[in-house]
Amino acid sequence: MSAAQQVNFYQVGTFAAGNRLLGPELQSDQSDPARANALTSGHRACQGCGEALGARYVLDAAQRAAGGKVIAVNATGCLEVFSTPYPETSWQLPWLHSLFGNAPAVAAGVAAALRAKGRTDVRVVGQGGDGGSVDIGFGCLSGMFERGDDVLYVCYDNEAYMNTGVQRSGATPPAARTATTQAVGEEPGAAFGQGKSLPLIAMAHEIPYVATATVAGLRDLEAKVHRAMGMRGARYLHVLVPCPLGWGTASCDTVRIARLAEQSGLFPVFEAEHGEVTDVTPIRRRVPVEEYLRPQKRYAHLFEPEPHTDVIARIQRTADRNIARFGLQAEEAVP
Amino acid sequence: MLKQTEGSRAVAETVAYCRPEVIAAYPISPQTHIVEELSRLVKSGALKPCEYVNVESEFAAMSLCIGASAAGARAYTATASQGLLYMVEALYNASGLGLPIVMTVANRAIGAPINIWNDHSDAMSQRDSGWIQLYARDNQEAADLHPQAFRLAEELSLPVMVCMDGFVLTHAWERIEVPEQRQVDAFLPPYEPRQVLDPDEPVSIGAMVGPEAFTEVRYLAHAKQMQALEAIPRVAEDFRRVFGRASGGLVQPYLCEDAETIVVALGSVLGTICDVVDEMRGRGVRIGALGITSFRPFPLDAVRKVLGGARQVVVLERALAVGIGGIVSANVRTALSGIQLDGRTVIAGLGGRAITKASLHRLFDDAIAGRLEPLTFLDLDTGLVERELARMARTRRSGPSAENILRDVGSNR
Ligand SMILES: Cc1ncc(C[n+]2csc(CCOP(=O)(O)OP(=O)(O)O)c2C)c(N)n1
Ligand code: SF4
Ligand SMILES: [Mg+2]
Repeated sequence: MSAAQQVNFYQVGTFAAGNRLLGPELQSDQSDPARANALTSGHRACQGCGEALGARYVLDAAQRAAGGKVIAVNATGCLEVFSTPYPETSWQLPWLHSLFGNAPAVAAGVAAALRAKGRTDVRVVGQGGDGGSVDIGFGCLSGMFERGDDVLYVCYDNEAYMNTGVQRSGATPPAARTATTQAVGEEPGAAFGQGKSLPLIAMAHEIPYVATATVAGLRDLEAKVHRAMGMRGARYLHVLVPCPLGWGTASCDTVRIARLAEQSGLFPVFEAEHGEVTDVTPIRRRVPVEEYLRPQKRYAHLFEPEPHTDVIARIQRTADRNIARFGLQAEEAVP
Repeated sequence: MLKQTEGSRAVAETVAYCRPEVIAAYPISPQTHIVEELSRLVKSGALKPCEYVNVESEFAAMSLCIGASAAGARAYTATASQGLLYMVEALYNASGLGLPIVMTVANRAIGAPINIWNDHSDAMSQRDSGWIQLYARDNQEAADLHPQAFRLAEELSLPVMVCMDGFVLTHAWERIEVPEQRQVDAFLPPYEPRQVLDPDEPVSIGAMVGPEAFTEVRYLAHAKQMQALEAIPRVAEDFRRVFGRASGGLVQPYLCEDAETIVVALGSVLGTICDVVDEMRGRGVRIGALGITSFRPFPLDAVRKVLGGARQVVVLERALAVGIGGIVSANVRTALSGIQLDGRTVIAGLGGRAITKASLHRLFDDAIAGRLEPLTFLDLDTGLVERELARMARTRRSGPSAENILRDVGSNR
């Protein structure tokens, strides 16, 4: 566990825990005015885009860990489109976009080239959305994992194909409304019993490192990037990044919604090495799923005209199961 | 060095002398022997530094080459048929990004019906993918085209496909002058990328381009292929100087100067065609052959120059554009625009059907006698297809045609 993670931020009414509570060596990479700012301002993401936030957090931390020597490979998706409407680019690091479904293989190619050239000081980060990682890029990702290519692959999970207008992906949760799982009919929204957990599938490859994180846990996310960058081989980071447009949430609520996902137990935050869970982020202030679902318009049909308590209860059972499965319940809960 | 060896092996050895730094490998017949031999060369330490990556699909193979090439490495892969189609999206991407990847295509038919044998349907389907396409007429040329392919690719910043006939060449054992390391080193300078992913000079590659510049970007892709029309003969000439033998170039005319009838073809069938031309010349027939080595870019001027004075042109194609007929023919027609001559398209050798000298004699005699349809399928079993057409007309549920035809072939044996 890193030093930063050993510090407890007891939350008292507010969720803010500032750098002023820490020594300079423990302050977040984001608070450093000299941070790489790998994804700089001026890009065209929606206000409050969790993916833009997550990508900057991840790449700045990776840049710091690698002494600024990082090459990024990007799948097609919002992150790619909003960052590079040429001649503008927001990337301040070498960056390559090839296709939607091949980012892990392209990243593996970059890593192979660097190895052949003896440039092991330069590190490779591959990144894509949930569609690009869970669905269309899945074969390439599994290949990259299985071969142990020296790549940190990051999936920014906003639980749907956002760039094409919010369609269902294999990471879309049950009951969520998307343009292809509309809030109509007997069972509105995405079906129950479908979808997959890419972090668990990544673990099944027994790669050195798999971790989940959200944009609500900046320090946790940065620490995980540093941990991953301290290792070689195929590593996987799955970051939950709320999408105000697709989820129907307020732009100012991105971090709050991500935290609720974590606190409800719907998005378990954990780390695993070589296929074994090594650490989980315990939930100290547990919330019912309803608190997470209600502010999101993609779940509006669960509450209007009257609440679908059975469906909400079903989602609650998923959260309860996650909490039991990963041991997420904190020993000392904050009231 | 002169060796009795297999075409695939000669290609693999030659590729190794080109010092690729990253090789992506995925098996498919009839290409597999090439990546197998390269695996041995890398694993034994004979070829280094080189990263040999066993990928999980051809799509990944081309994608891996894209990443490697963009990071400044000389990248190579090989495929055929279904594998080529499986990587199509990445093919267009590689050329669009201007990455000088070299790939061998061991030409094979495309299913359904699944068929592992030779024709040109695979590479021909990618004629608009932005790759340079060179077709080898024999195994010597197949080997020789690879150093040339790397030279062209890296000079122009464009990917190059070296097409060699599956089995007919890949699996044929014969005497081949395998290039030597010192010759290849003298011919092929180290790869100096035009664009590279480098933390010291960060660039964004693969950005979105809208209507304001997309046409211009595509125009440049075309302009680079037009530059290749000049570069291909120059590189072939350099090759001749270093290696002491002629290989490659845009076109290879054979006895065309005074020919009234000229047969146009690509690949290994040219050997048989030239034999038949010799025999017919012995009978006093004024016939010649034109081999097209560079199918992309298509050498319009060179083709026009050779064919323009003929009375009749027969294009022998190992692929079929379903619904219209010839692919090469359409390109030849463009080359001959404004020139009145008799043009015939012959679809031959699909899915590995042998193209025999006897058939070619008959075919060319028919052509000269004016007995050839504009579109002819060489050695077509007309009875067989007519029986199936009749079955289809008779019953709605006539079943899968390929299976019906095979049953028919079996019962009439
Ligand atoms: C082969 C292919 N199929 C479909 C598309 C269209 N497409 C582009 S981006 C995208 C959605 C991306 O979704 P995701 O990976 O989740 O990223 P997000 O935009 O949500 O961040 C789709 C479907 C494409 N570019 N390529
Ligand atoms: S649609 Fe969602 S993921 Fe895409 S830019 Fe907007 S907020 Fe970000
Ligand atoms: Mg998404």
